[in-house]
Amino acid sequence: MMKFTKRYLSFVLIGLVMLVCGVQGSGLSASTAYLLEKVAISIILAVSLGLVVGFLGELSLGHAAFMCVGAYLGGKVSQLIVEALGGSQHDSNFLVLILSLVIGAASAGLCGFIIGLPALRLKGDYLAIVTLAFGEIVRVIFTNANVFGGAQGMATPRFDRKYLFIIGLALVLATIAIVQNLLRSKHGRAITAIRDNEIAARATGINVTKYKLTVFAVSSALAGVAGVLYSYANFNLQPSKFGYNYSIEILVMVVLGGMGSINGSIIAATLITYLNTKLPLILTGELAVLQNLFYALILILLIIYNNAPALKGFREKYNFKNLWNKLFKPKHDPARVRDDAARWDVVPTKIEMNEVLSTDVVIDNFGDNSADIGERGGNK
Amino acid sequence: MNFITNLIGGLSLGGIYAMIALGYTMVYGIAKMLNFAHGDIIMVGGYTILVFTAQSVHPLIAIALAIVFCVGLGVVVERVAYKPLRGASPLAVLITAIGVSYLLQSLAQMFFGSGTKMVTGLDLGSFNIGSLKISVSTIVTLLSCIAVMVALNLFVKYTKTGRAMIAVSEDKGAAQLMGINVNLIIMITFAIGSALAALAGTFYLMRSPSIYSTFGSLPGIKAFSAAVIGGIGSIPGAMLGGILLGVVEVFANSVSAIAPYTDAIEFAILIIILLVKPTGFLGKKRREKV
Amino acid sequence: MANKLTLTFKGALDPIKAKLTGKTAPCKKIESEYVLETENLGITFGGLKAVQGVNLKIKKNEIYGLIGPNGAGKTTVFNLLTGVYIPTEGTFYLEGEELKGLAQDKINHKGIARTFQNIRLFNNMTVVRNVMVGLQNQPEYKCTLFESLFRLPRHFKVEKEMRKRAKELLEIFGLLEERNALACNLPYGKQRKLEIARALATNPRLLLLDEPAAGMNPNETADLMDTIRLIRDKFDMTVLLIEHDLKFVSGLCDRITVLNFGTALTEGTAQDALNHPDVIKAYIGN
Repeated sequence: MMKFTKRYLSFVLIGLVMLVCGVQGSGLSASTAYLLEKVAISIILAVSLGLVVGFLGELSLGHAAFMCVGAYLGGKVSQLIVEALGGSQHDSNFLVLILSLVIGAASAGLCGFIIGLPALRLKGDYLAIVTLAFGEIVRVIFTNANVFGGAQGMATPRFDRKYLFIIGLALVLATIAIVQNLLRSKHGRAITAIRDNEIAARATGINVTKYKLTVFAVSSALAGVAGVLYSYANFNLQPSKFGYNYSIEILVMVVLGGMGSINGSIIAATLITYLNTKLPLILTGELAVLQNLFYALILILLIIYNNAPALKGFREKYNFKNLWNKLFKPKHDPARVRDDAARWDVVPTKIEMNEVLSTDVVIDNFGDNSADIGERGGNK
Repeated sequence: MNFITNLIGGLSLGGIYAMIALGYTMVYGIAKMLNFAHGDIIMVGGYTILVFTAQSVHPLIAIALAIVFCVGLGVVVERVAYKPLRGASPLAVLITAIGVSYLLQSLAQMFFGSGTKMVTGLDLGSFNIGSLKISVSTIVTLLSCIAVMVALNLFVKYTKTGRAMIAVSEDKGAAQLMGINVNLIIMITFAIGSALAALAGTFYLMRSPSIYSTFGSLPGIKAFSAAVIGGIGSIPGAMLGGILLGVVEVFANSVSAIAPYTDAIEFAILIIILLVKPTGFLGKKRREKV
Repeated sequence: MANKLTLTFKGALDPIKAKLTGKTAPCKKIESEYVLETENLGITFGGLKAVQGVNLKIKKNEIYGLIGPNGAGKTTVFNLLTGVYIPTEGTFYLEGEELKGLAQDKINHKGIARTFQNIRLFNNMTVVRNVMVGLQNQPEYKCTLFESLFRLPRHFKVEKEMRKRAKELLEIFGLLEERNALACNLPYGKQRKLEIARALATNPRLLLLDEPAAGMNPNETADLMDTIRLIRDKFDMTVLLIEHDLKFVSGLCDRITVLNFGTALTEGTAQDALNHPDVIKAYIGN
């Protein structure tokens, strides 16, 4: 039951939202539909970044840049097709949408592959550096390329407003399914193995670079999908929208939701997107900056709370999971443990990078984190 | 003629990048963390100068006060945000650093608004050599950068604290066993890095006197790239990388066809260097132990 | 650029590595009666010759011991044979195929599997999953990423078969009961066994064991000796092991090589080698 909840609850909930809103259809106000579209975009971004940060244990600071690539290229393709068919901007149909999604995903995925290639074969924070650089490069290129409208931005194709949010939510479902399927397969097992003990993974015949690249490319491609959705949801694309700050906002969602938890990312993405829409109405003028301050504080406090070695004892005593287990969960009974007891979301991100930017694999020290995941194993 | 102006301009900009890069590289070498908030210390330094020059304090005193304030800030940030995470996953430290950077930017916006402000009183004028027009600030920047780097090198090599820094960067545990106060050394490192950042901020303001809340981001990221290009953890590497990027930037900006793409070119250099020589020019390769 | 990129990906960046280290990827193949043959194998770190001139010749189904005092370079030899380090001199052949310069995972695919001195399991994964990771690259369990992402029938078939095979392996090592425990929660001796099971899951031709009996009590050691013999017979395996326990070595190994200061002092049957005057000198002194 627990397992079912964990895996499929998000599907059921999002499906319900789709159904209810879809039935209401034309009754839904434009602003609600737009909010739903934005939530869908955020969830796709957060879940795909969570794949890199939470499961691969690498940091990407250019997730918005991959989204940007997808948005511009996907948007451009559909714009060109619509023009070629002789229609006006408003005539984008379903097939064109699908095509631009494919183009957006492929182009962003390709960028991810190329960017990951120099960074992921190295151990350490190289990916953070390279994605940061990539974000700046993308911004400069799209600001100056006249084909894409330059700094003024590019007008984007339209799709029937009444149904775009349904497509958005369907894409969310597809994203969650893809990420879960990836993680719950032999490939996902290889990825956990790499994060658990990279040296052993290599010695066991796992091509570490290949798997890291694959995950990163998949994540970038999903960001590209979010980008295409964004280009359909907005009238105009501007390179400045996809800057470093947006990447950080996505990172906040992942950290807030709990690294390595898909459901957490979904909840955090929904929450932050909702706040982003509502807070500017309350915090006007000078107060608007409070919102960023708030995010920054969340990021710092959550990370310190969750990671500070000094707080370990406190954390174990009072964390949500323990309280929940105490209240609702039957005692651990080895006889009831079925196959596949290791759970993805409990495995902590724990690649030890003592020598953060060394080019070699470093020694690990996994002995100390066994307590974090002890609840299902035998003698804890 | 143009070439010489560009070269001097590039060297002085490179010197600024090198000074910022030194902060990144020293903190990396000693605390083994990438301090993403370093660029925002520059911004804080800039705003401090703005506040004091607006009170018509003498610019030199304002600069000194900015340095003191930034040193204090650097130490506080280290104590409050990074020290609790010593021994935690590097990813966590990295994300906290990003959070601190974001926090400083938001605070700056809160106190000074999001608009651009102008700092006055830092313009030192210019002089002519033949037909060559050179601004005094460029020369001052260049000379100060050289002086700072020489001083830093001497400090690290010949003082007790400097040698303790080398020891901590080699092996924290062993240094502690040898009676070195590792926490103090890390604090000093942050203090030096922040002082350099404040100084670099001053020189940056001499080039263009406008200041805004993300003032430190771009020079910060570029200096960081410079540190990586030169080999992160290496002091001469940071200087080399900084000067390389500065010269490239000024020369690229002088050609109108590629000027808009200057930033992209600089970051492309970073990616290419990582592809060809991941340790940077002067970085050390560490051997794994299995 | 594009061409270079594909090249680097295909060979898991071997070309770049080869370019940096000035070596070309090998593929020389000769006829050989030995499973493992090293030819003047050596490596220099900086100016330090950690290992030099090691010539091992291991026949099929042999249990071969590598012994020597601390710091003699035994583990370094293992690291050379598994591609952690690239030899700076000499080379080595697995059944006549030169493997020098290949990446670690490629060497594993060619048929050398190892365990580690300080156990390296995937601690946060269950026991059965640890072994399933070992089965990952076997051709019979091939399943592309696409098939997994879209849950095509082969994904389910392969998962089921891998689990079945992993359980068979665990049964041989007496770990079937604990298959759903986390690896880090196993007692020490069982962790050792699990590491061996995982190495065997990669279907090697040569198994390298780095101090398999370290930290074990006499009962466990005796049990381990049986297990290693069982592996040799049941899996038709050749074993090269490092060990400090001389009783263990002389009781188990067909032949041994004694290393000291990175060079081979002597090699031969366990009794002969251990009674060699140089060896006694190395261990006990004059």
